[in-house]
Amino acid sequence: MSALLEAKDLVKTFGSGEAATHVLRGLDLTLNNGEMAALLGPSGSGKSTLLTILGTLMKPTSGHYRMLDHDLITADDRALTEFRNRHIGFVFQFHNLLPDFSALENVIFPTAVREGRETPAARARGVDLLVRMGLAERIHFPTAKLSGGQKQRVAVARALMNSPELVLADEPTGNLDRASALQVMDLIGQINREEGTTFLISTHDDKIAAACQRQIVVADGLVTG
Amino acid sequence: MLYALKIAARYLTANLAQTALLVTGVAVGVFIFIFMSALIGGLAEFILARTVGDISHITIEAEDADPALLISPKGQVLFVAEPGQTRTATLAEAATWLPLIAGVPGVKAVSPQITGAGFLTRGAQVSQVSVSGVEPGRESAILDLDGYMVEGSARLGSGLIVLGRELADDLSLSVGQSVRLQSSNGITMVLTLSGIFETGNGSMDKARAFVSLSSARTLFAMPQGVTRIEIKLFDLNAADATALRIRALTGLDAVSWTDGAAQLMEALNAQAQTGYFLKGFALLTIVIGVASALLLSTYRRRPEIGIMRAMGAPRAFVVFVFVTQGALVGLLGGIMGAGLGYLALLPFPPREAFRPGTLPLDITQGSYGLAITLTVIGAILASILPARSAAKVDPVTAIGQ
Repeated sequence: MSALLEAKDLVKTFGSGEAATHVLRGLDLTLNNGEMAALLGPSGSGKSTLLTILGTLMKPTSGHYRMLDHDLITADDRALTEFRNRHIGFVFQFHNLLPDFSALENVIFPTAVREGRETPAARARGVDLLVRMGLAERIHFPTAKLSGGQKQRVAVARALMNSPELVLADEPTGNLDRASALQVMDLIGQINREEGTTFLISTHDDKIAAACQRQIVVADGLVTG
Repeated sequence: MLYALKIAARYLTANLAQTALLVTGVAVGVFIFIFMSALIGGLAEFILARTVGDISHITIEAEDADPALLISPKGQVLFVAEPGQTRTATLAEAATWLPLIAGVPGVKAVSPQITGAGFLTRGAQVSQVSVSGVEPGRESAILDLDGYMVEGSARLGSGLIVLGRELADDLSLSVGQSVRLQSSNGITMVLTLSGIFETGNGSMDKARAFVSLSSARTLFAMPQGVTRIEIKLFDLNAADATALRIRALTGLDAVSWTDGAAQLMEALNAQAQTGYFLKGFALLTIVIGVASALLLSTYRRRPEIGIMRAMGAPRAFVVFVFVTQGALVGLLGGIMGAGLGYLALLPFPPREAFRPGTLPLDITQGSYGLAITLTVIGAILASILPARSAAKVDPVTAIGQ
């Protein structure tokens, strides 16, 4: 398998002087195309910081990060925003859907914001994704009326909308009951197998981690396993 | 950007009560703007109508010739003719110019006149008067004599005279009675009082007498020509330009009413300035209201802005969403305020019917389009700061909230 992304010697420090907090201390990581990897580690180990850096939402203090032959350290905000829109999907612990919009409107947001309007093709893909997520009956529901599990499945559909090469999931099942968590993980596994999308899933749950092909352990700002 | 418009509209409709309150606030500001425009404009119209409406907008008078001099071959002045008490210069060719002046665009009426001074005598009572000889049928061409009549008729004919209320009272005259008028030329006529007017202007009501042009010819021994031509315009603000045009057309010394009304013009300008300030404050209120509401909205929606940014929404998209919200609020509030302003002004009498004691609100001077345009521009400007603030939201921090 070829490498999708390569991060080398990533350092992230918050604050300065005596108040400085070193979250990442020269972390190296390579993810291959089509991998489904679990990111494990205790709270404060730097998992979330690593995900935000890999998701181009934050730049490291130093280090190298390349994905799909793009140098994402030197790119400016405009380029990073466009790269993120096309190549990276996010699933957050608390779904983070837009509350005043329906399930379908949330799902097609990444495409609509890029194209400047909601195209029929985008709507068709959005409907298709929601059907695959088992939400055929909830397509036009306001997100406020969806259950926690349904909201998280809408969030997964949104992350997949632009067919990204990489989906970063930060505790995607952390806020769900066991049944909903398994349902979401089944869907992620299915997408990974069928579309070859790479997943990096931060989790504390050993069962979720076991469902992934690879386990990456982060401790004290470094990959330890 | 169609999609940004949809998001903006959705945000506004998501909390209808809050949006309605904001739009109403803007509408109130626009209403004040329109009300002030109508009031200041109407007041200016009313003041002009009361002060300038009844006078000649352009006046042409014959220039008195210099006193005659007799000078010796050595340059010594041997004889000087003392100027007379009465105006002697005449516009001898007036009849030729009248149709030409009447044809100038913007001219409403032309009134050739013979004016002079005289004494009215009735028994032992004597009053000095200013006599105006006007053509029968053109009595109301300049001063709305018909409108000010309180007794009798304004129609002038041979042997008839029309006087002001105070003058008639001073002379204990009533309609149908006779009075003796002696001109400054020493010619006397006995005239019958055919009408009494009351303008509310003391000098006019106490010392002005109207006679027919033919009577004035007799009184002032002027068999031909007139002493002045008074011109009324449809738009008194066009007096300067029209006077220039008449001067160029006829070569006569046409003088605009504004030449002698510097103080009035200053007062009207000061009033207009006051209006600009009041309207400016109304706009400022709108700007502050929209800016504060959108700043609150921006703060409340920080997590959503963070999500949008994480999903790949550029900063410009976020700016556009919030600026569009400001523009929509401004447009809706502007239209609502303009509509309310128009409805509120409807019951007031039109400018032609302004009377003392009533509020002179001119519905035609509401500046509705200007109010809406300025409000939209103001609301857009007001939303730029919140929009820029929204665009700077750090997605990581915002999503973590």
